Amino acid sequence: MERKSPAFTVFIYVCAVLLAVVILAPIAWLFVMSISPAADLAAKPLRWWPQSADFSRYEQLLSTAENSAGAAFTASLRNSLEIAGMATVAALLLAIPAGWAVSRTPSIGWSLSMVIATYMLPPVALAVPLYMGLSYLGLLNNVFGLAVVYLTILAPFTTWLMKSGFDAIPREIEAAAMIDGAGLFQTLRIITLPLAAPVVATSALFAVLLAWDEFFYALLFTSDQRAKTLTVAIADLAGGRVSDYGLIATAGVLAALPPVLIGLVMQRALISGLTSGGVKG
Amino acid sequence: MSGTWMTTRAWLLMLPLLVVMVAVIGWPLVDTVGLSFTDAKLVGTAGNFVGIDNYTKMLSSSNFSRTLVTTTWFAVASVAIEMVIGVLAALLLNQEFRGRTFLRALMILPWALPTVVNATLWRLIYNPEYGALNAALRQLHLIDAYRSWLGEPGTALAALIIADCWKNFPLVALIALAALQAVPRDITAASLVDGAGPFARFRFVILPYLAGPLMVALVLRTIEAFKVFDIIWVMTRGGPANSTRTLSILVYQEAFSFQRAGSGASLALIVTLLVTVLALAYAALVKKTAGSAT
Repeated sequence: MERKSPAFTVFIYVCAVLLAVVILAPIAWLFVMSISPAADLAAKPLRWWPQSADFSRYEQLLSTAENSAGAAFTASLRNSLEIAGMATVAALLLAIPAGWAVSRTPSIGWSLSMVIATYMLPPVALAVPLYMGLSYLGLLNNVFGLAVVYLTILAPFTTWLMKSGFDAIPREIEAAAMIDGAGLFQTLRIITLPLAAPVVATSALFAVLLAWDEFFYALLFTSDQRAKTLTVAIADLAGGRVSDYGLIATAGVLAALPPVLIGLVMQRALISGLTSGGVKG
Repeated sequence: MSGTWMTTRAWLLMLPLLVVMVAVIGWPLVDTVGLSFTDAKLVGTAGNFVGIDNYTKMLSSSNFSRTLVTTTWFAVASVAIEMVIGVLAALLLNQEFRGRTFLRALMILPWALPTVVNATLWRLIYNPEYGALNAALRQLHLIDAYRSWLGEPGTALAALIIADCWKNFPLVALIALAALQAVPRDITAASLVDGAGPFARFRFVILPYLAGPLMVALVLRTIEAFKVFDIIWVMTRGGPANSTRTLSILVYQEAFSFQRAGSGASLALIVTLLVTVLALAYAALVKKTAGSAT
């Protein structure tokens, strides 16, 4: 390693602290707002630390009493979970066979390239026909309708991840199983899929995160508690006439909690997924 | 097993994905093209064929040119800042210091925070009456009076760019860090022996390893930034006085707020074309970088 002067070491630590503060300050403030009494948040000069922690807003948002702020919030939470779950399962059911096929038969790879190229399409280029189509099928403001639309985002991405995952599994292992008399689906079930389980898990997590984060289609295609997702519910709160900013912050904390926990726990897998695209091109 | 059967089998396994993609992407895209030549409304009648009227109308409107400038400015500024800060952060995280693992773990937080939550958070920070930014700047005596950061055309776009950069620079940093860790130690050691200074070392030893991954990050981030909708919708809805209206917001307004599906579709396709040209230009650049880096 290179020799380091004390000044350089100090410089490194100053930068590290600065970076930590830049990252943490906004997030910490979101949490502080969520537990500060409303009077503290409206005080001038602003009170940066609450006199007493007030967790009542969490209770308020997670209560299911009818016509409360909590009813709307918990409904959107349930919708987000349902839609993300359904879209993720559907995306994987499409992605696993397709990813394997492209991995083992490169001559059809161009079809996956075409699917992935749709990433460039701005959602606005599909929005009007999708709106008319969903309306025609009676699937506007419907969790199934939105889950199907989310496949436009989830399916190409998961297929691409699965394909790179299968690429890392030597096909000789499959060939050996087949020589031993296993059929194709038996081989895939007994040999390939267990080996690919980590990639399936990573793909599923990415898909859930993408669906959880989606806003544009949800804003267009949902209109009330039957299908509104968390992102739309939060945008409603932020843009509405809510006078208690702490309540908006609380909704933000609750919506951020699942993806942030997934991110922290699955850090290694997520980063390798993120960078495999970056490194391999 | 014969090659033909292998290929047929592969196509059969691809089929479900392709069918769904045609249904939810292919058909809507073709339909958007059809709509763009009509004066269809969002609900009701199918509309009449009007030729390229929508395109000429949209392209010649001052709304479009102004929005294109705003979008380009947003994309160029936010991506440039994210790349520079991201690479600097990666260089830092590649050094050895106590707490490095913790700091690396922190980088995942802004990335994992949902875009809408990020937008809401910054909207609260910028609040003209009770926001943390006003309070902090006032208490540090940097401003005399509270300002409406998102309410003034002069500051709104910059405020949005900062919020976008905060969320996205960690992704660039993580990609750059992974690339840095791939730089063989003996090469950096050799460059030290040869007497290369820190800048020469970065330029000639480290940058070649970073170039490829960074180009890919640059492409993806630029395309995303060009399509930006969520953060702007939640923070300003394109205001004040349309100073933060980007192309996606303009299409939304045309097609859904004013319910003009035909002209909205033509505008959406113009945006698609712009993004495609951008992506193709970049793809050529990536190929060149990949070629020269090795």
